[in-house]
Amino acid sequence: MMGLVNRVVDWVDARLPVVDAYKRHMSEYYAPKNFNFWYYFGVLSLVVLINQLLTGIWLTMFYSPSEGFASVEYIMRDVEWGWLIRYMHAVGASAFFAVVYIHMFRGLMYGSYKPPRELVWIFGMLIYLALMAEGFLGYVLPWGNMSYWGAQVIISLAGAIPFDLLPFIDAAEAKEIGEGLTTWVRGDYLLSTATVNKFFALHVVAIPIVLLALVVLHILALHEVGSNNPDGVEIKQNKDENGIPVDGIPFHPYYTVKDLPGVIVFLMIFAVVIFFFPDGGGYLLEKPNFEPANPLKTPDHIAPVWYYGPYYAMLRAATLDIIMPAKAWGLVAMGGAIVILFVIPWLDRHPVRSIRYRGWLSKLFMTIFVLDFLMLGYFGTQPATPAKTMMAQFGTIYYFSYFLLIMPFVHKFEKSKPVPERVTGGH
Amino acid sequence: MSNDGVNTSRRTFLIGLTSAIGAAGAVGAAVPFVKSWQPSAKAKNAGAPVTVDIGKLEPGQRVVEEWRGQPVWVVRRTDDMLQTLPQLENKLSDPASEADQQPAYAQNEWRSIKKELLVLIGTCTHLGCSPLYEDEPTVELEHGGFFCPCHGSKFDLAGRVYKGVPAPTNLVVPPHSYLSEGVIIVGSEEGETEA
Repeated sequence: MMGLVNRVVDWVDARLPVVDAYKRHMSEYYAPKNFNFWYYFGVLSLVVLINQLLTGIWLTMFYSPSEGFASVEYIMRDVEWGWLIRYMHAVGASAFFAVVYIHMFRGLMYGSYKPPRELVWIFGMLIYLALMAEGFLGYVLPWGNMSYWGAQVIISLAGAIPFDLLPFIDAAEAKEIGEGLTTWVRGDYLLSTATVNKFFALHVVAIPIVLLALVVLHILALHEVGSNNPDGVEIKQNKDENGIPVDGIPFHPYYTVKDLPGVIVFLMIFAVVIFFFPDGGGYLLEKPNFEPANPLKTPDHIAPVWYYGPYYAMLRAATLDIIMPAKAWGLVAMGGAIVILFVIPWLDRHPVRSIRYRGWLSKLFMTIFVLDFLMLGYFGTQPATPAKTMMAQFGTIYYFSYFLLIMPFVHKFEKSKPVPERVTGGH
Repeated sequence: MSNDGVNTSRRTFLIGLTSAIGAAGAVGAAVPFVKSWQPSAKAKNAGAPVTVDIGKLEPGQRVVEEWRGQPVWVVRRTDDMLQTLPQLENKLSDPASEADQQPAYAQNEWRSIKKELLVLIGTCTHLGCSPLYEDEPTVELEHGGFFCPCHGSKFDLAGRVYKGVPAPTNLVVPPHSYLSEGVIIVGSEEGETEA
């Protein structure tokens, strides 16, 4: 029997390098032995991705974009176990962002974007961007009232692009271009079934393909340069006589086995949310989305889902019309806040990779940054008041200052600890 | 690589030419994909201009029509109503209609082609609720006007926004024109756009 299996493997391997790929990415991929808690979130992103793909494929079997709201009702009430599949998908979207945010924070803490891992970071950021598009498109599909008004607000952003800053375009033409653009995105003069159909195609086919390709690239790029670790020590600089990093252990079986309990704990928490708090108190599924889209009834407060909160807060933080209208500045702040993340590998000029060995200033500013991001996230989901808008403005200023003023220069004002030769901890 | 007998400049030229033609082809091939996102013939049909018969509209009355899914109001203002307009100017944020919320032919003190006939898109410029028409003075509007029940935005009888309300701009005057004395076409300027 084994002989037959081996012969089949050999036959395939002579035609496709499966054994080689298995070794390269699993049994002979040497990961640092000192991974800690924060290193669960990469694999958890994969788990959630698989959850989204599986439940998503199943939802398309029952969903119909021309009757969005009714077909979601049908899934929830009439399809056997439909409610569970839909809640797994809807809660899964929030879970995806939760694990990805923590995964990104891990990278930020341990300098995992620093050379030679810039491309790993950039692919990761592209995944994040694709995920935001995917989340927005998906939120429109149930065609509840928040789907409608959320889409209304977001699509009208295309109309806020200040084309009249271009020398050969005047204000009236700019307005026309903006309106043309929004009409093009909607595929109609108002949000309609044409829009939902389009978003459905993008949500279930186009973006997932891009997302999967990016995930593959993210992992291939990672395996080319090797994983960073909490000490920020380059394990490839210390190899034994066989060329194997002395501080590295094979990904399989060591980390596959370590990740398994993490996945189980995560799934337990995930299940608790799905079964007991599927709407997350209005944060995961907003209350106005439990009634159908109604162009004549604006929800009292149009709030994004929590994971867009920080960017929405920055969008609204702009209130001054200087050179461009405030609306356009909001767009710049929101776009800039995301674009700036892509260039972190070049903004961070600290000689020390991991936060563990950086000075106390780095630690302080990073802690403030995390609090700032959480604060912006909170304000983004709340109705704007003058006081909150002002706080959001401070938050926005700190957000940009952190990347543009603190990251490039903080090392000049602090004393770092010596970085060890070998990784610490791990057995 | 050996370049024996190879005419490199001709090769470079041919590669450049082929690439340019290929790129032009790719742009051409993208056209149907980009264009298909435009409103379909069906959507265009549904978004076609609508005509409003105002022959029987009495002074002070309003008629509501639907154009592109939005309510369109036509109000025949009385002389009393028109007289309130200049008195309000210091309470309004854009009394001279400087923001681009109306076609050029409605950028005047009445915000209309014909002095008495006001044509507006009936959605609040704040968040798109539909304001209420108050032809009589109310607690909120001592001269009448439009009051948005969602967030309390106030507009005068020319759709001009008051100061200190959530709505940032005046109500929108849609493109429209007069096919005859008693018929307005909304969404088209094929008729008369002068009084």
